[in-house]
Amino acid sequence: MTDLTKMKVAEARDALRAGDVTSVELTEACLDAIEGAGALNAYVHKTPEIALEQATAADARIKAGDAPAMCGIPMGIKDLFCTRGVASQAASRILEGFRPEYESTVTTQLFDAGAVMLGKLNMDEFAMGSSNETSCYGKAVNPWRRGNDDSQLTPGGSSGGSAAAVAADLCLAATGTDTGGSIRQPAAFTGITGIKPTYGRCSRWGIVAFASSLDQAGPMTKDVRDAAIVLQAMCGHDPKDSTSANLPVPDFEAMLTGDIKGKTIGIPREYHMDGMPEEIETLWAKGREMLAEAGAKIVDISLPHTKYALPAYYVIAPAEASSNLARYDGVRYGHRATLAAGEGINDLYEKTRAEGFGPEVQRRVMVGTYVLSAGFYDAYYNRARKVRTLIKKDFEDVFAQGVDAILTPATPSAAFGLGEMQDADPVQMYLNDVFTVTVNLAGLPGVSVPAGLDKQGLPLGLQLIGRPWEEGDLLNTAYALERAAGFAEKPAKWW
Amino acid sequence: MLDLSFEPPKPKVIAGAKYDWELVIGMEVHAQVASEAKLFSGASTKFGAEPNSNVAFVDAAMPGMLPVINEYCVEQAVRTGLGLKAEINLKSAFDRKNYFYPDLPQGYQISQLYHPIVGEGEVIVDMEPGIARLVRIERIHIEQDAGKSIHDMDPNMSFVDLNRTGVALMEIVSRPDIRGPEEAAAYVSKLRQILRYLGTCDGNMQNGNLRADVNVSVCRPGQYEKYQETQDFSHLGTRCEIKNMNSMRFIQQAIDYEAKRQIAILEAGGSIDQETRLYDPDKGETRSMRSKEEAHDYRYFPDPDLLPLEIEQAWVDDIAASLPELPDEKKARFVKDFGLSEYDASVLTAEVANAAFFEKVAAEAGDGKLAANWVINELFGRLKKEGHDITESPVSPAQLAGIVRLIKSDAISGKIAKDLFEIVYTEGGDPEQIVDERGMKQVTDTGAIETAVDEIIAANPAQVEKAKQNPKLAGWFVGQVMKATGGKANPKAVNEIVAKKLAE
Repeated sequence: MTDLTKMKVAEARDALRAGDVTSVELTEACLDAIEGAGALNAYVHKTPEIALEQATAADARIKAGDAPAMCGIPMGIKDLFCTRGVASQAASRILEGFRPEYESTVTTQLFDAGAVMLGKLNMDEFAMGSSNETSCYGKAVNPWRRGNDDSQLTPGGSSGGSAAAVAADLCLAATGTDTGGSIRQPAAFTGITGIKPTYGRCSRWGIVAFASSLDQAGPMTKDVRDAAIVLQAMCGHDPKDSTSANLPVPDFEAMLTGDIKGKTIGIPREYHMDGMPEEIETLWAKGREMLAEAGAKIVDISLPHTKYALPAYYVIAPAEASSNLARYDGVRYGHRATLAAGEGINDLYEKTRAEGFGPEVQRRVMVGTYVLSAGFYDAYYNRARKVRTLIKKDFEDVFAQGVDAILTPATPSAAFGLGEMQDADPVQMYLNDVFTVTVNLAGLPGVSVPAGLDKQGLPLGLQLIGRPWEEGDLLNTAYALERAAGFAEKPAKWW
Repeated sequence: MLDLSFEPPKPKVIAGAKYDWELVIGMEVHAQVASEAKLFSGASTKFGAEPNSNVAFVDAAMPGMLPVINEYCVEQAVRTGLGLKAEINLKSAFDRKNYFYPDLPQGYQISQLYHPIVGEGEVIVDMEPGIARLVRIERIHIEQDAGKSIHDMDPNMSFVDLNRTGVALMEIVSRPDIRGPEEAAAYVSKLRQILRYLGTCDGNMQNGNLRADVNVSVCRPGQYEKYQETQDFSHLGTRCEIKNMNSMRFIQQAIDYEAKRQIAILEAGGSIDQETRLYDPDKGETRSMRSKEEAHDYRYFPDPDLLPLEIEQAWVDDIAASLPELPDEKKARFVKDFGLSEYDASVLTAEVANAAFFEKVAAEAGDGKLAANWVINELFGRLKKEGHDITESPVSPAQLAGIVRLIKSDAISGKIAKDLFEIVYTEGGDPEQIVDERGMKQVTDTGAIETAVDEIIAANPAQVEKAKQNPKLAGWFVGQVMKATGGKANPKAVNEIVAKKLAE
C-alpha cells in the first residue's frame, strides 16, 4: 500500500468506504509521521488517545454504512480552536493550562461528521503574525527548502503549523483561520490549497477571537477538491454566532466541474506592486493565460482603494484585538502573575499581561488601544471603517460589472527565511498581507491555489477572490486553475 | 386619551450666603430588565443564588464565547419606551465600553452609545394634585450589568461574584429638567411606578434592580430659562455626577448636600470641577470618586460580535397594542369615572395591584367614591399597620364590597361598619351574614328610636331645659340614644327625632 499519510481527503474517503483502509490505519500512519517530524514543530499538543478513539468509532460508523465524507479522516486543528478538554492556548503563554469545557462549533461539526483529531497545530500567538515566529511554542518550520540550502524557512502565518502539517503529510487536512491572510499566505508558502470562506459562512463560536469582524475559519488541504469537502463539513449556520449567516450550504464538491467557459475573471491593476519579484508577475500572467485557455473571459479591472487596505486593516484588526484580548487579565483562567506584598489589581493586570503576551501581541494591543482612544478615534478607527466601506464597494462594483472572480498573486514573495525579518520594521512583515487583507475587509471568499515553483524551488500561490456566498463557484474556478497549473510537487523530506 | 391638566412646580431655591440659587438635575436610571435570562446568555437572573452559580461561559468571558441577544429583553426595552411615550428606533446597535475591572470579565461592557433602541420620551412627575413636572427622556439603551466585587471577606484577597454579570439593564437618561431634590425622588418614584405597571422592571431598589446616577449643578435664577430657550448648556453650571444611588431618601439627601457644597464653592469665588462623586449616607456627604482627568477613556466602538439590532414596526405595534393602562391614564379615568379627588386617585393608582383591587371593590359595590374611602382609609391603613401589601390582604375585594354595600344601603352605620371590617379582617366571613348573625343591622325603625328618645328625655329633664336654650347640646341626647341602642340606631334618624322632640 502507498504511504497512507500522502492520501488526499477524497481518496481516503473512497478507500475507507471501499474498505481498503481503516481510519485506525490512517490515523496511526499520521501519528507515526508526526512523531518523526518534531523538527517541523507543527503540532504543539498531540492527542493520540483521542485520535485513536475517534478513529475506532469512525471505523464502526463506516462499517455500519453511516459514513459522512469526513468520517475517519485524520486532521490537525489549529490551536486557535477551543477543543474540549484539550489545551487550547492560541499559542500564547497567557492561556497556559487552559483546557476549555466546550468544543468550538467548527470542530464539533467536523467530529460529528467523523473526523479524527491528531492534535493542535502551531500558529502565531493569537493569530497575529505572518511567519509563525510569534508562537509561544517557538516557530513552526516550512517543510520546503531553497534547493540544497538547508536554512529554515517560514511556513507563513498565522496558520503556519496547519500549513506545515498538510504540506509534510502530517495529517490529511487541517483547520486554519484567516483574519488578514492567515490561511491563504501559509498555503501559498507551502504549496497547498487554503480557502477563507465568506465572512459568516463558518461559525466563530469557540474560536479564540483576534478581530471579530474579520476572523473566519477555513480548511487547508492538499488540493481544491479536499478544500470543498472539508469546507462543506466546517460551515453552516450557527445560532450561537450572531454574525453567522442563515443560508443553505450547497454541495461544493458537486460543483467542481472544471468548466469555467463564459466566466469573467478580473485582473485588478492595483495589485501590481512596485518592487514585486518578477517571478510573481510571471506566475500571475501565467494564471491569467491558463484561465483564458480554460475558456474564461479575462478583463482588466480597477479596485481603486486597494492601497488604503493595508493601513485600514492594521487599524481595524488591532482595535478589535485590543478589546477582544482584554479578557486575558489573570483573574479567571490562564496565566496569572505572582504579586508582591502590597500590590493590587492594576499590578495583577500589568504583570500578567506583560508576562503572558509576546511582543507582537503587545504591540497590536497598544496600537488598537491608541486608535480607539478619545481624540484619535475619528482620525484612525472611523477613517479606517470608511476605507473599509469603500473597499467593499470597489468589489461590489466589479461584481456588478459581471466579474465572477478576481485573480491576484497570493503573496508578494515566496516563503522567506525564519529569523530574516527579525530586525525589520514590523510593517515589512505586515506587507505579506497586502494581497489578502482586502478580501477580509470586504468579507469575501478567497482561495489560494499552488501554481508553480520559483527559481529556488519554492512554491508560489495564486489567489482567486469570489462573490459573497459563492464559494462553490469560486472553488470550481480554483479547480480549473489547479488542473491547468498541474502543480504536484512535494517538499523533499529532510526532517 | 384623557389627561389631567397640571401646572409645573416652582423650582427649589436655595439661599446661599450671598445669592439665591436654583438646582438643575438630570438623571440616569439603571433599571434591571425583568427577564428570566441574561441579555446575551441563557443564565438565570434569579437574585440571591449561590455566588457564581448563574454564569454561562460567555458571562465569564471564556475564550471564543459569543453573545447572542435575548429577544425578550429587547421586547421589554421597547415596551418601556412605549410606556414612556418615546420613539422606538427600529435600527439600533451595540457598542463596547472598554475598561478593566475584575467584575467585568470581558474587559468591556456591551452597551448602546451611538444608536440606542429608544429615543425621546417623557415622564409626568406628579408633585401634588394639579402640580407636576414634565421631565423629558433623552434616550433609553440596553446594556449589560457588571458582577460584584467583594472586598471585605478576606484581608488579602478580593472575591468576585459573576451572577449579576450580563444581566440586562435599561439605562433611562433624562434631560436636565428636574429642579429640586423632591422632584428627583418623585421622578424616580414615577419611573418606578410606570416600569412596574409595564412589568419591565420590578423596581426593587434594595436589591439594586433600580438605581440612579444623579447629575447636579446649580445656577442663578434666570439662567435655566435661558438654557430652555436655547438648549445651550453653557447657561448652566458645571455638573457633578453622584453615582449609584438606590434609595429615594439618599437621593434627596445627596442632592441637598451636593447643591450646598457647590454653592459654597461658587460663592467663595471658586469653580466646580466636573467629576464623579459618591454619596456616603453615614456621613451624609458626597465625596470625589474620580475627577474629569482621571475619567476612564472607554474607547467605545461598535461591537463586532453583534449585528445591528433591527426590529419591525409590526412587532412594535403588537407590543404597543398589549400595553396595559398606565398610571396617568388610570388616574385620570378614576377621577372622571368614579368622581374621585386627584389625590385619592393618585393613592389608588400608585401600584397597579392596588388599583385593580379598588376597581373590583368599586364595581361590586356600585359606588366608587365610597369604595375609594374604604380601600384607602380602612384597608390600606390596616395593611400598613401590619406591614402587608395588597397581595397579602386578608380581606378580598368581594368582602370589602359587601361592607360598602351594607353602608350604602343604610343597613349599617359607619361606626358599625368599622367593627364589621375588623371582624372580616381578623376572622373572615361574608359581611352580610356576619351582620345578620350578630345583629349588627342598623335600627331604622323610627318607632323604636322614638321610644328610646322619649325614655332619655323623660329621665333627664334638667338636660332637656338646657338643650332647649342651647340647641348644640342636642348631641348629648344623640350620644345617649346611640349608647342605649348599642350603636345600631341610624344616626341620621336619631338626629332628626332628637331635634324634633326637643323642639316640642
